[in-house]
Amino acid sequence: MSWYFRAIGFRKIFEFLLLVAFVVFFVGPLLNLAVLAFSSKWNYPDLLPRQWSLQWWHFVLQEDDIAKSIGLSFLIAALVTVLSIVICIPAAYAFARIRFPLSRFFLFSFLLTHAFPKMGLYVSIAVLFYKLGLMNTLLGVVLVHMINVLMFMTWIPTAAFRNVHTAQEESARDVGATPFRVFRSITLPMAMPGILVASIFTFLNSLDEAQGTFLVGIPDFKTMPIVMYSIIADFPSSAGAVFSIILTAPTIILLLAAQRLVSADIMASGFQVK
Amino acid sequence: MSVQLSIRNLTKRYKTGEGVTGISLDVKKGELVTLLGPSGCGKTTVLRSIGGFLEPDSGEIMIASKSVVKLPPEKRPTSMVFQGYNLWPHMSIYDNLAFGLKIRKTPKAEIKKAVEDALRLVRLPGVEKKFPSQLSGGQQQRIAVARSLLLKPEVLLLDEPFSALDAKLRHEMREELREIQTETGLTMVFVTHDQEEALSLSDRIIVMNQGNIEQIAAPQDIYDSPDTLFVAQFIGKMNFVEGVVEEDKLRVGGLVFPNTKRLAGSIVVAVRPEDVMIGPDSGEKDGLYGTIKQVMVLGHYAEVSVELDGYGPIRAFQPRDTVKELSLGQRVTVAFAKVIAYPNK
Repeated sequence: MSWYFRAIGFRKIFEFLLLVAFVVFFVGPLLNLAVLAFSSKWNYPDLLPRQWSLQWWHFVLQEDDIAKSIGLSFLIAALVTVLSIVICIPAAYAFARIRFPLSRFFLFSFLLTHAFPKMGLYVSIAVLFYKLGLMNTLLGVVLVHMINVLMFMTWIPTAAFRNVHTAQEESARDVGATPFRVFRSITLPMAMPGILVASIFTFLNSLDEAQGTFLVGIPDFKTMPIVMYSIIADFPSSAGAVFSIILTAPTIILLLAAQRLVSADIMASGFQVK
Repeated sequence: MSVQLSIRNLTKRYKTGEGVTGISLDVKKGELVTLLGPSGCGKTTVLRSIGGFLEPDSGEIMIASKSVVKLPPEKRPTSMVFQGYNLWPHMSIYDNLAFGLKIRKTPKAEIKKAVEDALRLVRLPGVEKKFPSQLSGGQQQRIAVARSLLLKPEVLLLDEPFSALDAKLRHEMREELREIQTETGLTMVFVTHDQEEALSLSDRIIVMNQGNIEQIAAPQDIYDSPDTLFVAQFIGKMNFVEGVVEEDKLRVGGLVFPNTKRLAGSIVVAVRPEDVMIGPDSGEKDGLYGTIKQVMVLGHYAEVSVELDGYGPIRAFQPRDTVKELSLGQRVTVAFAKVIAYPNK
């Protein structure tokens, strides 16, 4: 046996072990979750559930509160994505094309919301929202969600716009396109992969947001993650598993759909401060 | 022939101090003119001002007797081929070529024909469906030229279009561009820092340095009689030897030349390596003497380096047969067939 390992080489063995560890840590919990979601009785020493059932799926999908939260979550995520595109894409274009004083400082400032403990930030925002009457409103929740995604939505499209060479825009002007036409037909389509990636992240991030929503949106705006908390607290773990799968599904579907676009390069280029 | 492009007193200064001052030039219809100079000399500034990508501080640019200074690039009757990144990677070659015509609301059938014709002209028929990334660098530049051609511009501007290509391809593209120019009769302004490119391609060369025009002349004249010391240094290989004017004659060591430019005092004499003659040391007092330092055979000719007594090193191009008799360290006498004199700074 030992000759076999020697022939493979230490490096290969190490890589294999690393892969196994990755699979166990990453896929293991998901698998466990999937099994849990379809079980009705599963006690400790058993490897598999004693009884399979769909009862928790029925429960979760029939609960009015839950169905409403799914709808609300997707509505908020869509609103957040659209609004941040409207706000961040022009900003990203400005960062990429216009030289203005302190531009690097401003670009860097988007990191600030990620530099402090979120809860502290949300509490101070909540105080502000209270004065402005934004507590327990859709707009308030959407704004809180947008705080989290400003960085993605600005940095990644900025890098995408920077990758459009000035000569490519100039040659379009040269053949007769107005500046607006150049942006519509040349710059925007070329930067689209980066913008799409950022948008998908924004959408997913908003679906997943719980802390800020909890503080600003309670009691009327219960999104999926918020409902999740109460389900985990009030019902057996199988109900939580079912709900997690519902919560994870959009992520997996969107990432698979965008697989062609989500390359490490696009992400990485967004985080290079030039 | 009529003047197609006319520039009067064009000035554009950047904050860094670079730029161009008081540039005036005329380009005739159907002429291919090259702006040649080292990097930072302002040649691209002139070209971009013609194309409308730079706003000059002052001066006038006329194309076909109409001022274009105030027009944005999309309204100018010019078309530009850039050094690289000309094409739009998300569009097929057909769409790349058709973009300008679509903006002009040209009927579809006409666009199709124009694209076909342009592709035939650059010898790339049938690539309409491909995308830019599927073409080589040389092919991409040809497409860029084709895109400019099919818009039938009054003046075609080329900004070092071949400088990113390898030497062999650059050579081919040069010949092709010349053919296209003869075929279409287009007026072209070509920017390059490659003097070989300029000499082989142009009807006239405009040599620029530090934001000023040094000389405007045909390639042959630029090579044979450079107006200034800079042009003499910049174009081709050249030897420089210091001399003096005495009794209205140019004197370099024992050699004497007529003072055609009416210079006085200390001078610099420029000699092409092919005009340097090497002979055996005759022992006479006049003439110029030196020692052979190096002999390099470069194909059909040889380059001989001679260290002149008191005048520094000089290079000479000699036929390959004659250098067989030369050996390192040998004493020789040197003469010049032709010289150009400049005042010494």
